[in-house]
Amino acid sequence: MKNAAPGKMRINKDKCFSFFYLAPFLIIFTVFTLLPVLISFALSFTSFNGLEFPKFVFFDNYLDLFLSDDEFLLGLKNTLIIALFTGPIGYFASLILAWLLNELSPRLRAVMVLVFYAPSISGGAYMIWQLLFNSDAYGYVNAILLRLNLINEPIQWFTDTRYMLPLVIAVTLWMSLGTGFLALVAGLQGVDKSLYEAGYVDGVRNRWQELWFITLPCLGPQLLFSAVMSISSAFSVGAVTTALCGFPSTDYAAHTLMNHLEDYGSIRFEMGYACAIATILFALMLLTKAIAQKIIRNVGQ
Amino acid sequence: MLVPVVFSISNSFKPLDELFVFPPRFFVRNPTLDNFLTLPSLFSDSLVPLSRYILNTVFLTVTGTVGSIFIASMAAYVLEKKRFKMQNVIFNIVVNTLLFTPTVTAIPNFLILSKIGFIDSYAAILIPVMGSSLNVFLMKQFMVGIPNTILEAARIDGAGEQRIFWKIVMPSAKPAWMTLIIFSIQNLWGVTGGSYIYSEELKTLPYALSQVMSAGIVRAGASAAISTLMMIVPVCVFIITQSNIMETMMSSGIKE
Repeated sequence: MKNAAPGKMRINKDKCFSFFYLAPFLIIFTVFTLLPVLISFALSFTSFNGLEFPKFVFFDNYLDLFLSDDEFLLGLKNTLIIALFTGPIGYFASLILAWLLNELSPRLRAVMVLVFYAPSISGGAYMIWQLLFNSDAYGYVNAILLRLNLINEPIQWFTDTRYMLPLVIAVTLWMSLGTGFLALVAGLQGVDKSLYEAGYVDGVRNRWQELWFITLPCLGPQLLFSAVMSISSAFSVGAVTTALCGFPSTDYAAHTLMNHLEDYGSIRFEMGYACAIATILFALMLLTKAIAQKIIRNVGQ
Repeated sequence: MLVPVVFSISNSFKPLDELFVFPPRFFVRNPTLDNFLTLPSLFSDSLVPLSRYILNTVFLTVTGTVGSIFIASMAAYVLEKKRFKMQNVIFNIVVNTLLFTPTVTAIPNFLILSKIGFIDSYAAILIPVMGSSLNVFLMKQFMVGIPNTILEAARIDGAGEQRIFWKIVMPSAKPAWMTLIIFSIQNLWGVTGGSYIYSEELKTLPYALSQVMSAGIVRAGASAAISTLMMIVPVCVFIITQSNIMETMMSSGIKE
């Protein structure tokens, strides 16, 4: 080393580079994502109708939610049930499918990925379920059940409280191969093939061991991404219930936190209250994400 | 799972009497192109020609997609491969905001946009898209797989950071940005600009088409044609990018 100057200049240049590459994103992100989130959080402690200046009410919104809002508690219960079923099942289905599809030839794989991703692309994806479970005798499922003499009269699928929640779960699952699934498909392409050969030399005996010891650890970053996407979509089910069961659904049987939030946010314009619901939903997701992160860290051990 | 796509396409070729037949039929019996052919005439007496709406949406989709992918990749590279203070804090904030419900941020967002003066311009749609945390999260997770030794080797060979980013990092992250292209186009192609864009000549294709669809039964045929048209672009992009992803890794040859 003759002199320290070039090295120092290099570090400065490096810092400059990092700054200019990170700054555009960071500024836009702060202004249009972080700031609105912080404002919403602050609003959850106020009474705000969207027009007048927000009035500070401490924890009133939260107390009201848990102590005197039965629909909220029902929505919380439904959301947790839906998330419990659709989150893990959807996640593992994405993973297994992506893994199986990876074995196919490139062309066939592209076609199959499209098939599984189709419900996420096509706009009116629920329509087909309405057709299948139409509540008159012409709905496909009712027609079949009637013909087999299993029922005497058509079932009101989307207004009978017994069937609403299971149907919502089924439709959500059917649509769950979305963002995370595509990330896993792309991630599997990046797994170094030579690792498999090395693995077999080191004593990997079957495909399951190969998946657990080689593929999954290589896929780690995508596993986390896809888990975050699964959590976010499993907890924010709402559009599906409105499209299938209407809003409000019969006896609030398919009411979710998202429905409750939209009710207060865009119908009643009690923004403070809506923000409190959003904050609770956010807390639930953060907790779930922390657990998922812990589990993913132990993959391949 | 392809059923909704097939159903929508089949619907768009149905003549009016077949659309309303009861009980509903799944496949079209007497296919016709009428639904598509009537579309241009529906816009013949509107203030702005249909082509303008199409141009607007194409412009938004292309600019938004290209811009957001570059900005996200640049940020993701710094967040993944550089070491500096607050790095993990920034990344955790970016990931966690993904979990916050956009419904309630709509009002603060509108207030911010109007304060800056972006309302009624494309900046209201394009700029926020470029700060998407999803894009940065996805890109960063993929860049974990690019071995540091290769970047180090390039540095020793005298390559500058810019060069390393464009010649090594971006090519090897191709599956990631191919995937982002799908998300981005799917998202921007459907933008109606509802509460941000007021000038008629700036409005988008989905907005114009939703006007037609709001006519309900009268325009049932045209609506069916529109659903198909709106779906075709994302599906085509999907097929192109997917078949591209599959070839990337084999050709790039960047391995440790």
